[in-house]
Amino acid sequence: MRQGASLDRKKLMADPIMVTTIVVLIAFLTLFILYPLAILLVDSFYGQNGFSLDTFRRILAMSSFRTAIWNTLKVGFLVGILSALLGLLFAYVEVYVKLGKFSGGLFRVVSMLPVVSPPFVLSLSMIMLFGKAGLITRFLLKIYDNSVYGFWGIAIVQTLTFFPVCYMMLKGLLKNIDPSLEEAARDMGASRWKVFTTVTLPLMLPGLGNAFLVTFIESIADFANPMIIGGSYDTLATTIYLQITGAYDKEGAAAMAVVLLSITLLMFAVQKYYLEAKTAATLTGKASRVRMLITDRSVTVPLTVLCSLAALFVVLMYLCVPIGALFPTWGYKFTPLTFKWFGQVFTKYKGLKAFKDSFVLSVISAPITALLSMIISYLVVKKKFKGKGFIEAVSMLAMAVPGTVLGVGYIRGFSGGLFHTGLLSGLYGSAAILVIVFVVRSLPTGTRSGISALRQIDKSIEESAYDMGANSFHVFMTVTLPLIKDSFLSGLVTAFVRSITAISAIILLVTPQFLLITVQINEFAEKGSYSIACAFATILILITYGSVLLMNLGMKFFGTSKKIKEA
Amino acid sequence: MEKAKKGVRLDHISKIYKDPKTGKDFYAVHDTSLDIAPGEFVTLLGPSGCGKTTTLRMIAGFESPDEGEIYLGDEAINILPPNKRDTAMVFQSYALLPHYNVFDNVAYGLKLRKVPKEEIKERVTKILELVELSGMEARMTNQLSGGQQQRVALARALVLEPSVLLFDEPLSNLDAKLRVSMRTEIRRIQQKTGITAVYVTHDQSEAMALSDRIIIMNKGVVAQMGTPQEIYYHPNSEFVADFIGEANFLKGVCKGLDGDHALLEVAGTEVRVAAVENMKVGETYTIVLRPESAGLAPEGALQCKVVLSCFMGAYQNYHVMVGETLVKLTDYDPKNHHIYQVGDTCALTFRPDGVHIL
Repeated sequence: MRQGASLDRKKLMADPIMVTTIVVLIAFLTLFILYPLAILLVDSFYGQNGFSLDTFRRILAMSSFRTAIWNTLKVGFLVGILSALLGLLFAYVEVYVKLGKFSGGLFRVVSMLPVVSPPFVLSLSMIMLFGKAGLITRFLLKIYDNSVYGFWGIAIVQTLTFFPVCYMMLKGLLKNIDPSLEEAARDMGASRWKVFTTVTLPLMLPGLGNAFLVTFIESIADFANPMIIGGSYDTLATTIYLQITGAYDKEGAAAMAVVLLSITLLMFAVQKYYLEAKTAATLTGKASRVRMLITDRSVTVPLTVLCSLAALFVVLMYLCVPIGALFPTWGYKFTPLTFKWFGQVFTKYKGLKAFKDSFVLSVISAPITALLSMIISYLVVKKKFKGKGFIEAVSMLAMAVPGTVLGVGYIRGFSGGLFHTGLLSGLYGSAAILVIVFVVRSLPTGTRSGISALRQIDKSIEESAYDMGANSFHVFMTVTLPLIKDSFLSGLVTAFVRSITAISAIILLVTPQFLLITVQINEFAEKGSYSIACAFATILILITYGSVLLMNLGMKFFGTSKKIKEA
Repeated sequence: MEKAKKGVRLDHISKIYKDPKTGKDFYAVHDTSLDIAPGEFVTLLGPSGCGKTTTLRMIAGFESPDEGEIYLGDEAINILPPNKRDTAMVFQSYALLPHYNVFDNVAYGLKLRKVPKEEIKERVTKILELVELSGMEARMTNQLSGGQQQRVALARALVLEPSVLLFDEPLSNLDAKLRVSMRTEIRRIQQKTGITAVYVTHDQSEAMALSDRIIIMNKGVVAQMGTPQEIYYHPNSEFVADFIGEANFLKGVCKGLDGDHALLEVAGTEVRVAAVENMKVGETYTIVLRPESAGLAPEGALQCKVVLSCFMGAYQNYHVMVGETLVKLTDYDPKNHHIYQVGDTCALTFRPDGVHIL
C-alpha cells in the first residue's frame, strides 16, 4: 500500500466515532439488506439435496407463475410508457405554457397527492367509481356489469399513481434545456412542433427512458394495487405473497422472489449506469436565460384543458375516498351523509389500536431513517475510506428491491434465526424488525435526497471546520447537519409517511399482536367492505397530510438553509 | 501567550494521483523539498495543475503524501489529521460557516479547544479589531461584502494562533482593486503577528507583493525558489522568466568572452551582454529581455521593424521583429520620446547588464 493511503487510514483510525459509525453502518446494511437477499439465493438454489435448480424448475413448471411473469412485464411496460408520456405532457405544459392560478394549483396538488396517500387509494376509488356498483358506471352510465378488475384496472391505477414521479423528474430536465437552443431552431425557420420533435424531444430522450424505467420498476414492485384491483390477474408480487400465505411454500416463494429481484435489478442497473449518465451528459447546461412562455392560444388552450381535465380526474379519484366513507351504503344509499363508518373504525374494528401501532412504529423509524440517511450521505459525499463504495452501493441497491422480495427475505432470513441457526431468532415477530423494515424501505429515498443536498455544499466549508480542530463527529453535528436541516426535515417526514403507508414488505412480517392501518385497509378492501376501508384510508391521509403541513411549517420556522441560500 | 515560532519543512514529498481519463498514475507533486523558516512568508506560485495547492493541502493534512515526510518545527506530522495539526487555513471560497454569525465563526475553533468563555470573547474581539471588523460581530456572513468575508476567514485562522498560516488563493474571488488592498492587509497582519505563512497563488503580482520568498512550481516540481528580485532578474529557465512578468527570448551564439561581458551573435549582428558563469564560445544562449528594459533608437546594431505601435496612456506598447523573432517592449515615457509607427525600421537597444542570460 502506498504511504499516502496508509496515512489516510491512520488519520481515519484516529477518529474513533467515525470508525465506529462506519463499522455499525456496514454491519446494519449487511445484516438487513444484503443478508436477506443472499439467503433467498441460497434457499432457492440449495435444498435438501444440496445445490440444485429443482426449485426453479418446479416454479417455472407452474403455469400460474409463468403467467404472472408475463402479466407483470406487460403491466410494467404499459404503465412505464403511459406514465412517462403523461408526465412529459404535464412537465411540458408547466415549463412552456403560461398557467393560470387554478391550473397551476391543480398541478401542484397532483404532484403532491401520491406522496401523502397510501399506495392503494386509487384502486379503491377506481372500484368505487367504475366497478360493478360504481358511481359512474352504474348510476351515471347505467352499466351494471362493468369489471375494473384485471389488466386495465391495474394499468390505469398504476399510471395515475406513478406519473407524478415522471412529471417531477421531467420537469427538472426541461428546465435545464437552454432556451437559446430552441430559439435558434425557431430562428432558422422551424415551427413549434418541429422544434419539439427535432430539438426538445431528442434532448429529453434519455430522460424519458429514465422515467420509463423508474416507473417500470415501481410498477412491477407494486403489491397493493394488483392485490386490490388485480382480481384473478396475478402479478409477481401478489403471486409471491400468495405462495407464502396461501400455499406455505417458502422455498418456492424464495425462488420467485429471486426472479422478481433479478428483473428489477437488471432494470435498475440499466437506469443507473446507462441512462442516468446519458441524461446528465446531454443536459448539463444551466438555462442561460428565462424561457419565453408559449402564449399562442391555439397551443395553450388545448394543452391546458387536457392537463387540467386529467388532473381534475386524478383529484376526483382521491376525493372519492373521503366521500365514500360518508355514504351510508356505497352504491345503494347516498343520503343522509353519515359518520357511522368512522365510528365503526374505532368501536368495531380496533381502529385506535391500528392507528396507534402504525403511528408509533412509524414515529420510531422516521428519525432513525432520517439520521441514518444523512450519515450515509455525509460519508459518501464528504469522506474517503475503504468500504465507502460498499455503503453507497448497498443503500442504492435497496431502491431496486421490491418490498415483497424484502419481506420474503426477512421471513427466510430471520424466522429461524440467522442462517436458520436460531441466532437472533427473537427478532422475528418483534416490533424491532418492523421498525427495521420501515427504515430499510425508506433509506434509499432519504439517502438520495441527502446526497444531492450535500453535493451542493462547498466541500471547503467542512474542511475549514476540520482544519480548525473539529473531528468528524463535530463537523457532522455543527456544520453538516445544520446546513442540510431542510433535507433532514423532509427526509424525516418522507420516512414517516412512507412507513405509515407501507404495505408490501410489512404485510408478510406483521404478527397478530400488531394491527397496522394499511394491512387493515387491504383486508377490508379484499372483503369488499369499501366504506370501512375508505374511512380507514381517510384518517390515514389526514395523518400524512397533517405531517407534511407540519413539515412545511417547521421548515419556515427552523429552516436556516433558505436564509443561507438567499445570500 | 507568545509561543515559539515554528517553520515548516518538506522532506522529499511526492503525491501520486490517478488520471481520471487514462487511469494512469502521475505525480501531482514530485520529490519536493522545502525549508520554510519561522516567521517567513513563502508563496507557492505556478500555473494551474502545477501541484501548489496539493502541496498546501498536504501541509494542512487534507492530503497524505505518498513519499517523504512533513515537519512542523521538529515534529513529523504526516500521521496527524487536519484537526490535530497546528496549522490554520484560509480557503479560496472563504468557507465561512453560513449558519453562524461573524463572532461564532471566529470563535468556532476556540470553542472546540474548550477555551473559557471570557477568554474567547476577549480574543475574538481583539482579532476582529486587527482585521478591522469591530462592530460586525452579530452580522451573518452572507450580509458581508467579499472583502469582509475574507477578513473573517483570516481572523478565524489567526485567532487560533497557529504555528503556520496557510492561504489557498484567498484573493481570487475578489475584484481587482480589493485584491490589491487586501494583499497589503495580509502582509501587514502577517508582519505584525510574525506568523509563518505559506501562500498559494497563480497571480505573480500577488506573489511579488507579499513574499519574502517565492517558490515557482511547474508540473509537480519546484522550478525555482528565491526572493522576488532574484526570480525576476535572474530566472533560471524560460518557463520561470515567462511566468514572472513578460519576457522576450533572443537566441544567440557566443562569439567571444571579454571579462564580465560576452559577445553574442543575434540575428546576424553581435551584441554585448553581461556574462554569466561558465559561458563557452560557440554555444547558443538565450537572452532574456524584459519589455521595460528594451528601447528603440533610430540607429543601432540590432535592426528591427515595428509591427505594432499602440498608445496605452502611461506607456507606448511596441511589437517589433528582430529577424524572425517577435519582441515586445514598452516605453514608459512616450510623451518625451519619438513615437515609431508600424512599418518603421529602427534599432532595438538595451543595456548589457539589463538582460539575463540563460
